[in-house]
Amino acid sequence: MSNSISVPTVAQMMANGETPEILFWVGCSGSFDDRAKKITKAIVKLLNKCEVKFAVLGQEESCTGDPAKRAGNEFTFMMQAMQNIQVLDGYQIKKIVTACPHCFNTLKNEYPELGGNYDVIHHTQLLNALIREGRLKIEGGSFKGKKITFHDPCYLGRANEEYEAPRELLQKLDAELVEMKRSKSKGLCCGAGGAQMFKEAEKGDKEVNVERTEDALEVKPNYIATGCPFCNTMMTDGVKFFEKENETAVLDVAEMIANASDL
Amino acid sequence: MNLIFGISMVSIIVFAVLLIFTFSFFGWNVVKVKNNISMGKPLDRSDRKKERLKTMLLVAFGQKKMFQNILPAVLHFFIYAAFVITSTELLEIIVDGLTGSHRFFADSLGFFYVIVISTIELLSVLAFIATIVFLARRNLLKVPRFQMDEMTGWPKLDGNIILYLEILLIVCIFTMNGTDEVLLNRGLSHAHIEGTSFGFAVSSFLGPLIFGGMETDTLVVLERIGWWGHLIMVFGFLNYLPYSKHFHILLAFPNTYFSNLNQKGQFNNLSNVKKEVENMFDPNFDPYVAPPEGEAIAEPERFGAKDVQDLTWKSLMDAYTCTECGRCSSACPANQTGKKLSPRKIMMDTRDRMVEVGDNRRIKGKDYDDGKSLLGDYITQEEVWACTSCNACVQECPVNIDPLSIIVDLRRYLVMEESKVPGELATMLTNIENNGAPWQFSPADRANWINEE
Ligand code: SF4
Ligand code: SF4
Repeated sequence: MSNSISVPTVAQMMANGETPEILFWVGCSGSFDDRAKKITKAIVKLLNKCEVKFAVLGQEESCTGDPAKRAGNEFTFMMQAMQNIQVLDGYQIKKIVTACPHCFNTLKNEYPELGGNYDVIHHTQLLNALIREGRLKIEGGSFKGKKITFHDPCYLGRANEEYEAPRELLQKLDAELVEMKRSKSKGLCCGAGGAQMFKEAEKGDKEVNVERTEDALEVKPNYIATGCPFCNTMMTDGVKFFEKENETAVLDVAEMIANASDL
Repeated sequence: MNLIFGISMVSIIVFAVLLIFTFSFFGWNVVKVKNNISMGKPLDRSDRKKERLKTMLLVAFGQKKMFQNILPAVLHFFIYAAFVITSTELLEIIVDGLTGSHRFFADSLGFFYVIVISTIELLSVLAFIATIVFLARRNLLKVPRFQMDEMTGWPKLDGNIILYLEILLIVCIFTMNGTDEVLLNRGLSHAHIEGTSFGFAVSSFLGPLIFGGMETDTLVVLERIGWWGHLIMVFGFLNYLPYSKHFHILLAFPNTYFSNLNQKGQFNNLSNVKKEVENMFDPNFDPYVAPPEGEAIAEPERFGAKDVQDLTWKSLMDAYTCTECGRCSSACPANQTGKKLSPRKIMMDTRDRMVEVGDNRRIKGKDYDDGKSLLGDYITQEEVWACTSCNACVQECPVNIDPLSIIVDLRRYLVMEESKVPGELATMLTNIENNGAPWQFSPADRANWINEE
């Protein structure tokens, strides 16, 4: 187990006369949320292991504006977007990987019209590409024979029609990948999207994450795999609600791949 | 002879009047619908024509999205196909009605005529079965999506009326063809064809079975009742459409053609906001410069939507196209967990309000203000804020309606025009503005994770 990670900022790299192969957009959750930081680290370890020449913006990164836009505040969104575009273009960034489907969607789909054109991919897509290029090899490790179910993040799945990348990775773990009764385009939201993450839910008879966790627990998985820090929080809370923490763990696909690679 | 001539003259006149009335009334309604949709804000959907055509053929014509759930899809397809094929018969009805002929095309088309009518008959039988199943499903089985709050009163009646009409229509078709078959058996049909049977797939058996024992006089009357009943049903249906959810059988085509072809996650960027923010970023911009001489100062455009005129024309067309099937609402996470939000209701409210505003404008003048609005009087803030923007409703809609874009436009109005935003969201927004993150962390700490254990 190596704990030392190397995370250069773009500024540092440029100062050394280098340009990054890809920019890792960490996102607010990945930077500040204790649980999500672990996902960030797992990705960094994988990138380090594969010797990907990546960099982060560090303090120069700022919220993409996604929650503001979903909450209806175009002003805040565009202020954020234009500021980020200035920074990204200043460093002549071409390629971006994110660990958050919300950042992914906003950077990929909503920035171009504002002048920000980048090739944006989700970390599950990057990991797949690394495998295809032969730079990353996975063995099942501790996941061999375990039951895993994948919860589709709305902003990766329905919003951007990427259902396969995370599944392809999970299949490499020699585990049993089981689908919930609602999955892929029919997958149910975890309840966090549309800025719901930041507010109490409206009056109803159930929390959305409880409803979704029920779907997941129905297949009795050892692991619920996610591809979004917000889904991760919601599903983790859901598992706690049913007091199933001992039977079922919630992990990001990247964490599972990193674990399997003994990172 | 004179009496018969008189009767046929009268019926031609009655028919002609009915025909003119049907099509003028329908035409008037089409213009009304067009005007109502044009109340919406502009949106360019004139690009990518090939892709649009393909979407329309797959989704509207091929009913691609219906077939995710096979049984209702097949049953619905029977009714739809019966409707489309039966419409071709309208041509003969019109010729016969206006000239006093009987089965005008029977002779000239020969065997092809037998095929067309037989297809209509077979599909009618299938549609009949489908209709009975649908009636049972709506009223006896209590499928949850037909029992939600918004499906009471008129919407519920509307759903049933059409099914009853369908049954009546099919009964009329078989009465007409069945009695005519028996009359032909007896050498008394007015159709100009050789032989003693039409040879239609269903009525050549069903006719003698049901009507075989009846007096010729009765048959003649029944045949006319079938013919008139069937045409009145078709004409009536045509004019019922614009008032009903069944308008989707026509609007599904343009509505899918003008679908949003971008990724579902992509929300549009408001151009008026973009301009303002760009100005803020432009060091050379001077907000105090007066507009050039002669250029009127335009009234600032509203941000987001408060009423139907603030929505795009596509959202309004969506509202007219909604079939009230409820697939959206049964997939909606908010709705499933007991929140007030139902994307179907968003569409139904938008339609009701659009018709109301349209009528007001027509009757009371363009600038009439009834003091009401879509947001507030129809859709509440509670509904608007319950959405997770998950796109399940958009994904599920069989006619590519986008309830989410309406919800977002309403949010935009609430936030940017009225600052009415749930407290925690206001905090989140302030945090983004001040710290560049939705939580209260300092931007200076953003990279701390790198060195944390
Ligand atoms: S996008 Fe909103 S309205 Fe549509 S299904 Fe999701 S939560 Fe419901
Ligand atoms: S919006 Fe679409 S899915 Fe929802 S009720 Fe209308 S037609 Fe059905």
